[in-house]
Amino acid sequence: MNDTDFSIRIRALHKSYGSLQALKGLDVDIRQSELFGFIGPDGAGKTSLFRIIATLLLPDSGEVTVNGLNVVKDFRQIRNILGYMPGRFSLYPDLSVEQNLTFYAHIFGTDIKTHYHLIKDIYEHLEPFKKRLAGQLSGGMKQKLALCCSLIHKPEILILDEPTTGVDAVSRKEFWEMLGKLKKEGISIIVSTPYMDEAALCDRVALMQSGTLMRIDKPEAIVKSFPKKLLAVRSADMYLLMQDLREFDASLSINLFGSKVHIAVDPGRSVQEEIQNYLQKKGHTDIIVEEASAGIEDCFIELMNKTGAHGNRN
Amino acid sequence: METVINVKDLVKKFGQFVANDHLNFEVYKGEIFGFLGANGAGKTTAMRILCGLSSPTSGEINVGGFDIYTETDLIKKNIGYMSQRFSLYEDLTVYENIRFYGGIYGISRTDIRERTDELLEKLNMTDSRNKLVRDLPLGWRQKIAFSVAVFHKPQIVFLDEPTGGVDPITRRQFWEMIYESARSGVTCFVTTHYMDEAEYCDRVSIMVDGRISALDTPEGLKKQFSAVSMDEVFVKLARKATAL
Repeated sequence: MNDTDFSIRIRALHKSYGSLQALKGLDVDIRQSELFGFIGPDGAGKTSLFRIIATLLLPDSGEVTVNGLNVVKDFRQIRNILGYMPGRFSLYPDLSVEQNLTFYAHIFGTDIKTHYHLIKDIYEHLEPFKKRLAGQLSGGMKQKLALCCSLIHKPEILILDEPTTGVDAVSRKEFWEMLGKLKKEGISIIVSTPYMDEAALCDRVALMQSGTLMRIDKPEAIVKSFPKKLLAVRSADMYLLMQDLREFDASLSINLFGSKVHIAVDPGRSVQEEIQNYLQKKGHTDIIVEEASAGIEDCFIELMNKTGAHGNRN
Repeated sequence: METVINVKDLVKKFGQFVANDHLNFEVYKGEIFGFLGANGAGKTTAMRILCGLSSPTSGEINVGGFDIYTETDLIKKNIGYMSQRFSLYEDLTVYENIRFYGGIYGISRTDIRERTDELLEKLNMTDSRNKLVRDLPLGWRQKIAFSVAVFHKPQIVFLDEPTGGVDPITRRQFWEMIYESARSGVTCFVTTHYMDEAEYCDRVSIMVDGRISALDTPEGLKKQFSAVSMDEVFVKLARKATAL
């Protein structure tokens, strides 16, 4: 691929704050018009990375380019082609909805009308409240306004830092539907999230933990390469079930997943009946043991255990 | 079943706006009660009232055997609270945090010391006793925060989005702590945006536009709404609200 096929290229990127290494040598290339997700919990380094891409923070070492422009030398040009929505609400609370949007448009030397088609679907929800102060909007409304403000200059690349954190499941779905539409406009979208289930909505994702990228791939490919056999088990007493499954010989890992417990075993082993009998002996009732396919979260946990990225002693 | 929270016709208005519109529910001793709802549905308002931090406009509410209008001090002594946004003082050490919270709840110094040793041993964090909270990984902090919230052995612990942003391994370890507490008789009242966590609850209520539009076990709710997951139940209920 040529240089122009990539929106963002990152090489050996390091960033530390005192003794804390926030980014430990990241390498990743993001393609044009890609919807790319950085998936990881708080403290993984997502915000540091996004602030560097947005030219708001200097890297210690390594190179980052945005559409071929260097984040350190060419920051002025980058800011013109980039839309950035920070994790914290950062619009002016004492300006109205409309004033905020006008302000952002003017900063970028444009007006609301020029690229209105980009924000039309989103802004329609806000229009009835356009005279309301931004500080008095509900959480979901603030988020929609922030997205409008970051789009108003028609950026080539849109960077969204945890846009769905603390947002309820329905609003999260609606937000992702909006991103899908923007992607069709040809905008490259880089988004971060701590919600593992949102990985499936991205073209490609990087699973991020403690300043490293544990895996970069299409979500389907990550899920497919889960190295163990997975069974979903349930019984009437879930807490005891977890305890007892941990003692089960063949178990490689035990994790709660919704109403079931996922138990990982060696891929060659057929232990369904064995588990059933074992649990019956332990006095469990309403036992169900079935084969399960891994999700992104199973893979994330697997990678965390493999790389020792989990700081917990347990 | 023993009832520890009893809510009858709870109404809370802010001016013309009705944040809680005749809520009725009971929470049983030792149960994990999931309190779900869309942003702005009125969860935080209701939770603040149950914690004795805000007065309802009308309604009969009893928490831990105490009346919400006249016995808020007793309610506060008998509940624990933890949220993702605020839990521990980052510029105090682990032990200083425990001593501080223990002191607030009137636990004697000797008891604090003994229980701290037990607690840190159980969490496998004895070495971290004198470390500043800010220097600990987020996952550890959450676990300590939970332990601090139940340190004074409350009847009920309120957990407001306790696992937001936490890594998937810690999130599960955290839920095991909740299970364990519930087994020892502490009632756990939990809010979350992770729908898989709704499945871990004994019963779940879902608030939509200031009302409780569903309340049952996760199994019961899935049956009622012909859904395969709690996520689907939630979407069906909350989407209906926004469509109106």
